[in-house]
Amino acid sequence: MAVQTRRAAIVGGNRIPFARSNSRYARASNQDMLTATLDGLVARFGLQGAQVGEVVAGAVLKHARDFNLTRESVLGSRLSASTPAYDVQQACGTGLEAAVLVANKIALGQVESGIAGGVDTTSDAPMAINEDMRRALLAVNSAKTVQQRLKALAGIRPGQFLPEVPRNSEPRTGLSMGEHAAITAAEWEIGRAEQDELAVASHRNLAAAYDRGFFDDLVTPYLGLSRDENLRPDSSLEKVATLKPVFGKGDGATMTAGNSTPLTDGASAVLLGSDEWAASKGLPVLAHLVDAQTAAVDYVHGGEGLLMAPVHAVPVLLARNGLTLQDFDLYEVHEAFASTVLATLKAWEDAAYCKDTLGLDAPLGPVDRSKLNVNGSSLAAGHPFAATGGRIVATLAKLLHEAGPGKRGLISICAAGGQGVVAILES
Amino acid sequence: MSDWYRDFANSGVGTTITRQLGLPRPAVLRRYEPGQPLLPGPAVVGSAGAGRLGNRLTALLRDAGVAVQSLGAADVEDGERPAAVLLDATGLTGPGDLAGVHAFLAPAVKRLRRSGRVLVLGDPPTGAESPAQAAARQALDGLVRSVAKELRDGSTANLLLVPARTEESLAGPVRFFLSGRSAYVDGQQVTLSGAAGDVAQDELRPLAGTVAVVTGAARGIGAAIARTLHRDGAVVVVVDLPSAGDHLAEVANGVRGTALQLDISREDAGQRIIDHAVQRHGRLDIVVHNAGITRDKLLVNMDPARWESVIGVNIAAQLRINETLLASEHFRTTPRIVSVASTSGIAGNRGQTNYAASKGGVMGMVRATAPLLGAHGGSINAVAPGFIETEMTARMPFATREVARRLNSLQQGGQPTDVAEAIAFLASDAAGGISGEVLRVCGQNLVGA
Ligand SMILES: NC(=O)c1ccc[n+]([C@@H]2O[C@H](COP(=O)([O-])OP(=O)(O)OC[C@H]3O[C@@H](n4cnc5c(N)ncnc54)[C@H](O)[C@@H]3O)[C@@H](O)[C@H]2O)c1
Repeated sequence: MAVQTRRAAIVGGNRIPFARSNSRYARASNQDMLTATLDGLVARFGLQGAQVGEVVAGAVLKHARDFNLTRESVLGSRLSASTPAYDVQQACGTGLEAAVLVANKIALGQVESGIAGGVDTTSDAPMAINEDMRRALLAVNSAKTVQQRLKALAGIRPGQFLPEVPRNSEPRTGLSMGEHAAITAAEWEIGRAEQDELAVASHRNLAAAYDRGFFDDLVTPYLGLSRDENLRPDSSLEKVATLKPVFGKGDGATMTAGNSTPLTDGASAVLLGSDEWAASKGLPVLAHLVDAQTAAVDYVHGGEGLLMAPVHAVPVLLARNGLTLQDFDLYEVHEAFASTVLATLKAWEDAAYCKDTLGLDAPLGPVDRSKLNVNGSSLAAGHPFAATGGRIVATLAKLLHEAGPGKRGLISICAAGGQGVVAILES
Repeated sequence: MSDWYRDFANSGVGTTITRQLGLPRPAVLRRYEPGQPLLPGPAVVGSAGAGRLGNRLTALLRDAGVAVQSLGAADVEDGERPAAVLLDATGLTGPGDLAGVHAFLAPAVKRLRRSGRVLVLGDPPTGAESPAQAAARQALDGLVRSVAKELRDGSTANLLLVPARTEESLAGPVRFFLSGRSAYVDGQQVTLSGAAGDVAQDELRPLAGTVAVVTGAARGIGAAIARTLHRDGAVVVVVDLPSAGDHLAEVANGVRGTALQLDISREDAGQRIIDHAVQRHGRLDIVVHNAGITRDKLLVNMDPARWESVIGVNIAAQLRINETLLASEHFRTTPRIVSVASTSGIAGNRGQTNYAASKGGVMGMVRATAPLLGAHGGSINAVAPGFIETEMTARMPFATREVARRLNSLQQGGQPTDVAEAIAFLASDAAGGISGEVLRVCGQNLVGA
C-alpha cells in the first residue's frame, strides 16, 4: 500500500467552562462531563446520529469503573453508537496527544474524521483503599471455606480502613509538581514579579477574549457555569503580590496560588477531519495540524526539571519542519505554573543550556511575548489535566483562522513524569 | 406547564360542578398532529350576496379531503354536524346584505362541533365602491369578533380578507384557519396582499428543503418554534445567548440542527447568522426573530438600563439583522421573516412601557419591511402571542396567572406550540399571500381586543 499523507484539519472545538475543585462540578463524573462536552460539539456541528471515524480521549484521574471512559461517553452521547472510541493517558499531555493520534490516522487515510478530547475531575477523584486493606480483601475473596473467610476477615485492622487519596505528586521523588516546579524556578532564577505579571496577563487576556465573544463557539455552559470559574477579570499585580508562596522554601520562594494553576474540573473536545470530509459536511477548516513531537527527560537522576521536556521536544520539531522558533505568529505554552512558562522561554534563549543540554549549535532565541498565550491560558482558565490540550488546540486553531491563511502557531504542553507534547498548527 | 383547572373542568365531577356554578369551562383544544385530516367532520359553505369565492372554497376543501355540505342554510338541519362553517361574504354591497350573513351563520353555528371553526371571507373596507359597501365590509370585523366570543368548547371564529387578485393564494390560509394549527387563534383578521401563496406538495413536510434560523430557541416559545419547523421539514439553526448554550445544545440535538451561540444584539449578529446557515447548510430561507426580554417597571421608576436593554434586544437587534439579511445575496429566493411581537404591544400593559414600545416597534417594522421582501418574492409578518404557558409566565404569582389565563375567549393560556404553528405557517409558501400582517395568537384576549 502506497502511503500518502495529508494534513488533518481542525474543524472546531467545544469545552465546558472549567470549574474549581469541589465546586460547581463536585457531583459530576468524568463520564458526565465528557458526554456533555461531546453533545455540545454534536450540537455545534450538527453531528446527531453521525458516525465519526474515532473518538479518542482520556482522563488523568480515573476510576476503575472508567476503564472504557471514552466509549461509554460516546454511547451516552448523540453520536452514532457505531462510533469507535478508545482511551489514552499521558498525564497533562493527554488532550494534545489525543489530537495528534486522531490527526495521524486522518493523515494516513485510516479515518476521515475524529474527535479528540480529555476530561478530569479533582472533585470526583478516585479514592483507593490502602494497600494493606486491598491485600486483606483479596485474601477474603480467595478464601475457599467460610472458616477461612472468617479468619481472613478477622485479620483486618482499623488502620487498613484509611483510604489512599490520590496525590498530585511524582511517585519516584515524592515531590509534588509544584515543588518540582519550584526547584526549576530557583535554578533558572525566575523572579516573583515576572511570574505575577504573566498570571495577571493570563486573567486579563482570557477575560477580554470572553468579552469579545471569542468563546461563543468554543464553550458550552454546564451546570450553571458559563465562564471559567477561576477567571478573575479584575486581577491585578497589587492583589497577586500579596499572596504567600505555597511552593519552594524560605525567602527565595516565589510560587503562589496566584501564579500556579489551581485544581480544576472540566472537559474539552476537538473535531478533526480531512479537508474533503469537512467540505462534504459544510464544516469550516480553522487550521491544520502540521506536526507534533513528544519528549521525556530524566528528572529523577538526570538533573533536568520535571516540566522541562517540551524544551527538548521543540527543537526536534523545528528541525524536522525547517523552522526557527521565531517563525510563528502565535505561541501557546501551557501555564502549569507561571514559572514553568518563563523557565521554558529562558532555556530556549540560554546559549550554554541549548548547547550542552539540548545539543544545539545556537540557542533557539526569544519568543515575542506579545504573541504568547494571547487569549490567556491555564493560570486563568484552570487546568483539568487531560482537558487542557483540547482547550489549547481549539483556541489556537480559531486564533490562527481569525488571523488569516498561512499563519502558524506552536503549542507546548508539559506533563507529569517528565514528559512533554508539542505541536505545530497552521491556518 | 399544566393547567389544573382546565383538566378539572373536563373531568366527570368537574364538568357537573363547573356547569352548575356557571364557572369557565376551558376546552381541550383540537391541535394539529401530522397526518391528521384537515377537519374531523364536514364543512358547510355559504355566501351572503353574490360572492366570488364560493366555488373556489368548495374546490379547495374537496382538494383537502373535506366533505362539503350543501350551500343552503336550510339543509344543515339534517346530516352530520359540521366541523367548520365558511361564509363567502365578498358579495356584500351594503348593510342590508348582512341579513344574509345572519341567516346563514345562525343555524350553521348552532350545529357546530367542539373545536369547530367559523371562517368568514370578505373584502377589505378600504377598496369599497361606496360608503355603504365599506360599512358592510367593516361590519364583518365586529361581527366575527362577537361570534368568537359567543362560541364555546374550543371553537374559534376568524375573518380572512381577500382583496381582488389575491384569490390564488387563498388555499393556504383557509387550510390554516380550519386546521388544528390555529387552535389558539381566535377573533382575528388576516388580509391577503399577494397572489404568491401555494399549498405544499408534501403536506406532511411543507418546509422541506428550507433552512430556518430561530433566535431565542434555548427554551420556551423559541424551542417550540424550532421543533415545529423541524417537524415541518426545515433544517433548523437555533440561536441563543452563549450563557444559554447548554439548553440550546439540547434543542439543537433534538431537532438534528445546529446550535449558534450568539447574542443577537451584537453588531455582527446578522452576518454571523448568514455565514453559519450558508456554510453549514448551504442556504438561508427563513428567519424567526423570537428572542426577547422583559425588564418591567412603572414608567416613572424605569431606569435607562432597563429601557435600553429591552429596546436593544427586542427591536433594534431585529432591525439591524434584517438590514444585513436584505443586503445579502444569500437571502433572495422567497425569503421569509417572522417576528414575535406581543399583545402588550397592541393593548399596552402596566409596567411594560419599554416592552410594549419594543413590540409595537416590531409591528411597525414588519409593515414597513414587507415591500422590501416582496421584491424578492418573500414575506415578513409578526405573530403577537397573548398569555402563553412558558417558564416566563409560570413565574407569575398564582392568582395573577389564574386570572390572566382565563381572560380570553378560550378561557385558557396558549401553548408554545400554538405560537409555533402560526409561525411555521407564516414561514411556509402556504402563507405566501400574506405579508406585513400581525397575527395574534391569544385565544382572543379580552384586553385590548
Ligand atoms: N410567554 C408569553 O406569554 C409571551 C407573550 C407574548 C410575547 N412573548 C414573546 O415571545 C418570545 C419568546 O418568549 P418566551 O416566553 O419563550 O421567553 P423566554 O424568556 O422563555 O425565552 C426567550 C429566549 O430568548 C433568549 N434571548 C434573550 N436575549 C437574547 C439575545 N440578546 N440574544 C439571543 N437570545 C436571547 C433567552 O436566552 C431565552 O432563551 C419573546 O419575544 C417574548 O417577548 C411571550
